[in-house]
Amino acid sequence: MKTQQFTVVDPLGIHARPASQLVAKATPFASSIEIRTEEKAANLKSILGVMGLALKQGSQFTLVVEGEDEEQALAALTTLITEMGLAQ
Amino acid sequence: MIQLTGIAASDGIAIAKAYRFVQPDLTFAKTTVHDIEAEQQRLAAALAKAEQELVVIRQQTLEKFSAEEAAIFEAHLLVVHDPELIGPINQKIADEAVNAEYALHEVSSMFVALFEGMDDEYMSARASDIKDVTNRILAHLLGVHIPNPSNINEQVIIVANDLTPSETAQLDRNYVLGFITDIGGRTSHSAIMARSLEIPAVVGVGAATTTIQDGDTIIVDGLTGLVLVNPSADVIADYQEKAQKYRAQQAEWSTLVNEQTVSKDGVHVELAANIGSPNDLDGVVRHGAEGIGLYRTEFLYMGRENLPSEEEQFTAYKTVLEGMQGKPVVIRTLDIGGDKHLPYLPLQEEMNPFLGHRAIRLCLDQQELFRTQLRALLRASVYGNLKIMFPMIATIQEFCEAKAILLQEKEKLIAGGIAVGSSIEVGMMVEIPSTAVMADIFAKEVDFFSIGTNDLIQYTMAADRMNEKVSYLYQPYNPAILRLIQMVIKAAHQEQKWVGMCGEMAGDELAVPLLLGLGLDEFSMSATSILKTRALLKQLSVPEMQALATEALQLATAEEVLEKVKQAVK
Repeated sequence: MKTQQFTVVDPLGIHARPASQLVAKATPFASSIEIRTEEKAANLKSILGVMGLALKQGSQFTLVVEGEDEEQALAALTTLITEMGLAQ
Repeated sequence: MIQLTGIAASDGIAIAKAYRFVQPDLTFAKTTVHDIEAEQQRLAAALAKAEQELVVIRQQTLEKFSAEEAAIFEAHLLVVHDPELIGPINQKIADEAVNAEYALHEVSSMFVALFEGMDDEYMSARASDIKDVTNRILAHLLGVHIPNPSNINEQVIIVANDLTPSETAQLDRNYVLGFITDIGGRTSHSAIMARSLEIPAVVGVGAATTTIQDGDTIIVDGLTGLVLVNPSADVIADYQEKAQKYRAQQAEWSTLVNEQTVSKDGVHVELAANIGSPNDLDGVVRHGAEGIGLYRTEFLYMGRENLPSEEEQFTAYKTVLEGMQGKPVVIRTLDIGGDKHLPYLPLQEEMNPFLGHRAIRLCLDQQELFRTQLRALLRASVYGNLKIMFPMIATIQEFCEAKAILLQEKEKLIAGGIAVGSSIEVGMMVEIPSTAVMADIFAKEVDFFSIGTNDLIQYTMAADRMNEKVSYLYQPYNPAILRLIQMVIKAAHQEQKWVGMCGEMAGDELAVPLLLGLGLDEFSMSATSILKTRALLKQLSVPEMQALATEALQLATAEEVLEKVKQAVK
């Protein structure tokens, strides 16, 4: 299992556009990928789940990746998140 | 051939195939299924079809509009694949032995409720996206068709019950030759939009969507309000000739583009255009407008997911002011509420929205919204001849409060070293009868009036202009309306202020003679009506029209007025 913590820096929070990109990136991986906050968790391959968390600027979240390609999956997602300026 | 009649809402003649822009019936019953696997496969097939459709729509939106607009369908595609949506639906079908339609509805309703309940306006607006995708899947389950206007790739005439602004926004202007709608009048959105697109429209037809089938050949005559369905070759030839004549008439009028608007006896009046966005500037210039008499800023706020920023608004206003090269530009502050809603600005449901919390009432209540717009206007004012106008003023206090807020923002900007135009006129719409009655008092406070006849008539006659049962009461020529107009003009001129009119009446060839006689200074209308009106005004003499107006004011009914005008200008 691999985990990585982030804080949302995008002023609009995780809105439709970055959420779509996250889900599109996560879906092809075999590993299970969860996005967790203190109270809630969602499947990162679910656009409704990710948007349902309604993460705003300053919110903290952790990606929890588990499976055969967990290393590549987390690396790819971390790159995307940083490149989009979504979180750090 | 079937012949339908409606209200002629936008001039011109078009002949093309019908495209029905009609939302299908998506109602269904809850049923028990025996073959769970077959039901799940039925769902999978509907999902696959919805996906195929969305891929096409996304591609077409990308080609015809922008990546921005295509992104929404990107998200819709992800929803179709969403394991947290599809998993539970399949589960429900298996656990409860229910049909796919019911299971889909139950699960998606849960998500809709979740999003609608969020306190973030942006997120709560996403609920409509979920409904949108759900309806698409549901349509495939039910075997009905959801229209996809981005699919249109030949010239068509749009047939709809009514067209909302957001539906109109999805239409590719290159392919749409005309509109036909079941409901509405000359002042409904579809009518206004048709005139701004310069395509013919017939509205309020009643049975258009039930009579006309996809692919029927249609003649839409926006001059007479006639719609012909599957006409014979002879009739088509006849109408092709009429269309030709209409174009020739247009060409003749177009020689007046660079001329001043003067009456037969040499009195100048100003002919201005009504616009909804900077995109309309092109038509304004092409039709020789001497100014903009009404810029409806609400379109800046519509068809989007969040408030337009000050910067965005500034850019739009600056574009319009610069585009008009010093000619007057009257910009009306936000007129939302009534029949116009914003998805990100939840307003309370009202029993009587047209008598409710709208326009200046809303702006004085939600001042941050108002102040942002005023700052954008003030900053843009240095790029042209800006006049600011407040909508739906009922009392002197409202006008003074709105003006005070404007002045506060102006002072703040100046204090911050930002340039602001020094001679911005500040005026108001006359739509509420109280302001016409009190025009002499208002005239001391304002720099100008602009009479909004659509609302003034509906408020004076207490008749909803969208309700066909009472639309006969929508009477621009009723002496009651003419008297109110006269009161406003007289009161304004006493204080050396000018009066414009930005309602539909200003471009109506039977009202123009009366308005000239009553002393109206500025006529603001759809850009396409300007040249026709300029040609008309050239034939009218002010003293004669003054006499006509004086007589009309003493008549008892709209019919008598109309008769009198027809005799006088024959």
